[in-house]
Amino acid sequence: MKKKHNALLSGPYLVWTAAFIVIPLILIVYYGFTDENHHLTLSNIAKITDPVTLKALFLSLLLSAMATVICLILAYPLAMILARMKNGASAIITTVFIIPMWMNSLLRIFAWQTLLERNGVINQVLSFLHLPPQHLINTPAAIALGMIYDYLPFMLLPLYNALTKLDWNVVNAAYDLGANRRQTFFKVIIPLTMPGIVSGITMVFVPALTTFVISDFLGGSKVLLIGNIIDQQFTQVGNWNAGSGLSLVLMIFILISMAVMQHYESDDEGVSSIL
Amino acid sequence: MSNKLIDLQHISKAFDGQLVLDDLNLYIRENEFLTLLGPSGCGKTTTLRILGGFEQPDKGKVIFDGKDITDLAPNKRQLNTVFQKYALFTHMNVADNIAFGLRIRKKSEDYIRDKIKYALKLVNLEGFENRMPDSLSGGQQQRIAIARAIVNEPKVLLLDEPLGALDLKLRKDMQYELIRLKNELGITFIYVTHDQEEALTMSDTIVVMNQGYIQQIGTPEDIYNEPQNAFVADFIGDSNIVGGTMVRDKLVEILGVRFACVDTGFGVNKPVDAVIRPEDLELYALPKGAEKGSPEYDKVSSKAYELNPGYFEGVVTDLIFKGVHYEMDVEANGYTWLVHSTKMFPVGTHVLMNLDPFNIQIMNKPESEDEQAVTLNEM
Repeated sequence: MKKKHNALLSGPYLVWTAAFIVIPLILIVYYGFTDENHHLTLSNIAKITDPVTLKALFLSLLLSAMATVICLILAYPLAMILARMKNGASAIITTVFIIPMWMNSLLRIFAWQTLLERNGVINQVLSFLHLPPQHLINTPAAIALGMIYDYLPFMLLPLYNALTKLDWNVVNAAYDLGANRRQTFFKVIIPLTMPGIVSGITMVFVPALTTFVISDFLGGSKVLLIGNIIDQQFTQVGNWNAGSGLSLVLMIFILISMAVMQHYESDDEGVSSIL
Repeated sequence: MSNKLIDLQHISKAFDGQLVLDDLNLYIRENEFLTLLGPSGCGKTTTLRILGGFEQPDKGKVIFDGKDITDLAPNKRQLNTVFQKYALFTHMNVADNIAFGLRIRKKSEDYIRDKIKYALKLVNLEGFENRMPDSLSGGQQQRIAIARAIVNEPKVLLLDEPLGALDLKLRKDMQYELIRLKNELGITFIYVTHDQEEALTMSDTIVVMNQGYIQQIGTPEDIYNEPQNAFVADFIGDSNIVGGTMVRDKLVEILGVRFACVDTGFGVNKPVDAVIRPEDLELYALPKGAEKGSPEYDKVSSKAYELNPGYFEGVVTDLIFKGVHYEMDVEANGYTWLVHSTKMFPVGTHVLMNLDPFNIQIMNKPESEDEQAVTLNEM
């Protein structure tokens, strides 16, 4: 009786899963492994070896890894400070850091574009100070900056969560047993907040690796990421097969990085639930 | 047992303007099992945290083995703490937990392996090296926390309500374990608890604290038999605390009846408080309908008179079986007396009630209204 009830409740979710997750995935796999004439082929997958595409993939991996590491380094001390604060104050400051998440992502990136442009705010200030203008926009660095700015809250939240759950007596126990601050941080605090670190890395690395909006706005057409190449295949070239094939390759890279992360993950929260 | 190992001098500490410790002075001797006992908020845990180095006193000094360690960081102190909720490193197995302090001190792996074995044997958990803390019961986790602390060979072990989270049976077992451990290790234990029974069972010395002040320091026997004030009397076990008048040395009037007692030096006709433990009250059942002056009544009263020339007459109003004894309420002379007895007196029984002069503990009345209020609030 109860089982029937449960099956009835889960019905809509099953329909959803099938219609919007399983079927699209099957379609991508289908397109990825066939050509326009519906013949089986590996040529779409092989497109990854094209020099431009390969370069975009490596640049994507490099920039998203860089952005992830910098986000982690920036967010961890902040999360520690917030977690150790009194409830009211930390809630306010956390909200301040999260507010950008509530704004449209395009808007945030567009704001950076106007800052970094050739005649943008930064260069205007520089010329006002009689300093030479800098080439800021359309560089890999600009894209990394956009990624860090855009995804920092996604790193901060899981870290903050993990650190508020940390029993401070465990940290005191480490001091008590003779560990100094550095040893306590690396031997106790970091390992115990690993689930938060892994979640944060996942939340930043995956969207950064697949983004095409940030590189569009801050990279112009000069710096291409793998996301832009896939985007072009669908919207400009109109080659759905090639786009699907490259998407599959990108998925493989994400799966590999997730598997590596899961190796460091001890708890069942976070990545294992994503995989 | 004679050297002062730790000396707390004039320690004061406030949190958010609230005074938690007020000019506390206390010394702890080598190899002593000392318990800080008191209700929550009495300052006992703060005292322990100051000893461990997790809190800095606002005023005062902590002297350890003749050296001032007030400003010394926790990792530089020759003492280890067993925390209330174990505080084990859940990302390490039992062996790595125990080895933590030794690895920090860069001991050899051979030495560490021997130490782990020795410590696990000491806490009766041999063969648990590779278990994860999450897979252990509360009692086992607490033993690991103790093992993790003692492998560092501290001179002093600080224990912050270590048995608070365990069930009654386990708590009793662990009490004996801790006494055995202390004797085997030959080090000083400083134990914090709010459980008076735990304190009485294990300690060499008990420090009763309330509202940031030390109320009394003494052996368990002293604290139980000769409480210095109403707070201590009430906090340590059940007791009847009644106002009275010290008529002269060795004679006290309680609720209109004069009793012989053993206390002297309170003066003449001085108001005092008398503490009477429930198990010290003797009950004598009067036969049904026995009138005062009747031969049946006199027979019972003369028996009561042998114990102390003075007795109460009352009625049993409540009776509960407690296992070892019966707990009864006796209404007599306008006060409801708590009485423990191995003999059962049914509700409604008319009784005479008396006690040995030795068992009346006389205390000075609190001097100010304030102190009285504080005491009553805590009850």
